[in-house]
Amino acid sequence: MTVYLLRRLIQAAGVVLAMSVIVFIGVYAIGDPVEILISPDADQFERERAIRAFGLDRPLWQQYFTFLGRALQGDLGRSFVFNEPALKLILQRMPATLELAVGATVVALIIGVPLGLYAGLKPESPVSKGVMAASILGFSLPTFWVGLMLILVFAVQLGWLPSTGRGETVEVLGMRWSFLTADGLAHMVMPAVNLSLFKISLVIRLTRAGVRETMLMDFVKFARAKGLSPRRVIAVHVLKNIMIPVVTVVGLEFGGTIAFSVVTESIFAWPGMGKLIIDSINVLDRPVIVAYLMIIVLMFIVINLVVDLTYSVLDPRVRLEAKGA
Amino acid sequence: MSTTTAPSAAQAAPTPPAPPRVETPFQRFVSEFAASRLALAGLAVFTTIVLIAVLAPWIAPQNPYDLAQLDIMDSRLEPGSVGGAGFTHWLGTDDQGRDMLSGIMYGLRISLIVGAGSAVIACMVGASLGMLAAYAGGRTDSAIMRLVDLQLSFPAILAALMILAVLGKGVLNVVIALVLVEWAYYARTVRGTALVERRREYIEAAQCLALPTRRVIFRHLLPNCLPPLIVVGTMQVARAIALEATLSFLGLGVPITEPSLGLLIANGYEYMLSGKYWISFYPGIALLVTIVSINLVGDHLRDVLNPRLKR
Amino acid sequence: MTATLEVRDLRTHFFTRAGVVRAVDGVSFAVDRGKVLGLVGESGSGKSVTGFSIMGLVDPPGRIVGGHILFKGQDLAKLSEEGMRDLRGNRIAMIFQDPMMTLNPVLRIDTQMIETVQAHAKVGREEARQRARDALGQVGIPSPDERLKSYPHQFSGGMRQRVAIAIALLHKPDLIVADEPTTALDVTIQGQILAEAQKLCRETGTALIWITHDLSVVAGLADDIAVMYAGRVVEQGPVDEVLDAPFHPYTVGLIGSVPSRNRRGEPLRQIPGMTPSLLNLPEGCAFRSRCPRAEPRCAEPPPMAEYRPGRFARCIHPYNTDAVAA
Repeated sequence: MTVYLLRRLIQAAGVVLAMSVIVFIGVYAIGDPVEILISPDADQFERERAIRAFGLDRPLWQQYFTFLGRALQGDLGRSFVFNEPALKLILQRMPATLELAVGATVVALIIGVPLGLYAGLKPESPVSKGVMAASILGFSLPTFWVGLMLILVFAVQLGWLPSTGRGETVEVLGMRWSFLTADGLAHMVMPAVNLSLFKISLVIRLTRAGVRETMLMDFVKFARAKGLSPRRVIAVHVLKNIMIPVVTVVGLEFGGTIAFSVVTESIFAWPGMGKLIIDSINVLDRPVIVAYLMIIVLMFIVINLVVDLTYSVLDPRVRLEAKGA
Repeated sequence: MSTTTAPSAAQAAPTPPAPPRVETPFQRFVSEFAASRLALAGLAVFTTIVLIAVLAPWIAPQNPYDLAQLDIMDSRLEPGSVGGAGFTHWLGTDDQGRDMLSGIMYGLRISLIVGAGSAVIACMVGASLGMLAAYAGGRTDSAIMRLVDLQLSFPAILAALMILAVLGKGVLNVVIALVLVEWAYYARTVRGTALVERRREYIEAAQCLALPTRRVIFRHLLPNCLPPLIVVGTMQVARAIALEATLSFLGLGVPITEPSLGLLIANGYEYMLSGKYWISFYPGIALLVTIVSINLVGDHLRDVLNPRLKR
Repeated sequence: MTATLEVRDLRTHFFTRAGVVRAVDGVSFAVDRGKVLGLVGESGSGKSVTGFSIMGLVDPPGRIVGGHILFKGQDLAKLSEEGMRDLRGNRIAMIFQDPMMTLNPVLRIDTQMIETVQAHAKVGREEARQRARDALGQVGIPSPDERLKSYPHQFSGGMRQRVAIAIALLHKPDLIVADEPTTALDVTIQGQILAEAQKLCRETGTALIWITHDLSVVAGLADDIAVMYAGRVVEQGPVDEVLDAPFHPYTVGLIGSVPSRNRRGEPLRQIPGMTPSLLNLPEGCAFRSRCPRAEPRCAEPPPMAEYRPGRFARCIHPYNTDAVAA
């Protein structure tokens, strides 16, 4: 197990390194590095002094190592707009994005698993066919437009839900959370549902395919031959087997959800990392862009690792191999 | 991946008319495809949309790019009102007095060009690299596939955002970003199929005849990789259109002078809170219908072309 | 005394898109307490579907369309799903063919056993576990306490089949339907399991239906034999008599195609032709296209006839009898 973890961590370090090269080349070499590092209001003298100070007159590979050395110390530059360390800015916004992404995942599972289960158990029923058609729609609907329509219907026309912002927050563990207050929760409903649309379709399809496959297995028939109720056969024997692919895919999709929250946060003015990065791109606040990218890469690696570990907890066959390794 | 691929349409086209009429693979493909009314409807709708986009300059009530035709007095008219130019704005007008129906017709052009253009280029780049990986094997293969893995592990929307942040706005830049985001899907698909196909007897036979490598790849290997490529391509066109719309909505896609559907929707965003829904609503419907029709076709193509589902 | 199970004219059909498949088409037999019936036939003869019909586990598009399944006098074919569920795993148990597939790979053995105990008996977890442990010991699994905490993949094929048998035995059923339970196992393990199965029936009075395509298994295990062909029983009777002097040409062919030490050097006899498709089966004897004794009259459906006391065959000109077809 330790060997396995160690190997994974080395792999992860490799990916971070590769991404840092790409980000460095992308943002520092293609874009004008002076623009990135020096505030545009600086005069000629200051600029030249800064160029020397930052080592921009040195070869690219030396510059990269300087960048890497700073990054390792947690210094990813200062935001021009907020005049604060970029890293701190992003970490401040992270709880908002995380709770939105978790909310979306929960919504996707609550809606997707039962619908997929039904569609898998009764594939010929009209309801199942409707569910499957709707899932194609879920894949096709442009998320941002659905977000607008949600605002139009539930905020503008019906006035049931607030359209923008996080609402009231509570501070827990030094971070502000919306989902703990009624007002915050009301603010969260529409963005979370919007963000979960694609995932609902994904979960429905995965669950349905899994159910149809599992129901044909001998062990399901054997479970019925043991005289178990259909309820127990489905809830324990079938669901436990299906949860393995569902948890894996939904877990891996969590990174995608965080990335896609860029769109949802822009629509609902949700003050998370996604909104920050769009604003930063629009004003070319490049240190923030770089910091955001590096953080996202790190998050992806953590997510993949967690999903792999969860997978081995869920599937006893994998667990044994991991122990043997 | 797929194992027994039905002979592709390309090699099936010329069949001598034999007395007991034998169905060619292509004819079977057509009849199997036509078996789904939903997919046929999707194809019909999509064809109509393409026609509207192509014919927009002749059938649109107004040229939305011609500022001389716009009247600021006509701005934000409700659907069905008659504007200063004397014709009815069936879908209303936007904040600059632009007829929404004309705007959508012209917007479709941009969306389709960007979507299809990026898909075609990405397909050529991806398929070539995938074929190269499968055929060369060894280090070339692992280098290309590492790149594919890296690309696929990173969400498309973020990668595209970053590329556009570096390159700046513009139709061409959007296409470049979409190509860079999408090539990996094609590469993976082609490599997977090609790896299976190249072990087949017919490839070995072609190699035994000492045919030039290029000929083996393009005349023998590629046609047999087409079915999965077509499926992925169809789905990717839909994805590209959606992604372009999203990027334009975020203000990082096409410039205001060439509004795609996404930009039209973004323009209406600020007026929606005051109940002027039509500026965002109708372009969204157009976008939705386009994407759904492509996905319906693609979904069914996948079933028809997937040999594993053959019973 | 009524038989533990009596099947009368059972018909189970599958309504597929291509047409109606008469997988089981008029099957009758009976098993008494403590007896073993060998249900023999090639794959596709309908023997497994017969087993699932008794269990009430025929899934759509299949359906029992006629006949009676009298279990201790109660007709299972007319029983509600709830009533059937009370009997399944309790009074009637089933053992499946492939032990690698019958246990749920993601649930521990104790979970899979305890749920079976608790499905039919109102007992606490501890007592259920106790019973599970006893059942494992009964089928010869060493250190059952430890094994209960294992997952199926930690067992060998033979051990898994023992676990499946232990699950079947949990409620000391009156009838066990075993669907080729030793086909997937090594010969030595097959022998052990057969010996244990026989012992169990003698000791507990459980009636056993052993479905198989292997005549040698039936020869050593069963009291009676029913040979199935194309959805019908073509011959039945006491196992020794049938194997010594088979009536039906199909049984003759089946016995002839078993490799034997006594006939070494001779070419193995085969039954010519293939099992017919059950879809749109023609009227008359289904075996006639492969039968050396076939004649025009075989196009009429042959009746089941008792040529000797307790010995039945569905053939108008059987072997090994003096009966001359009238």
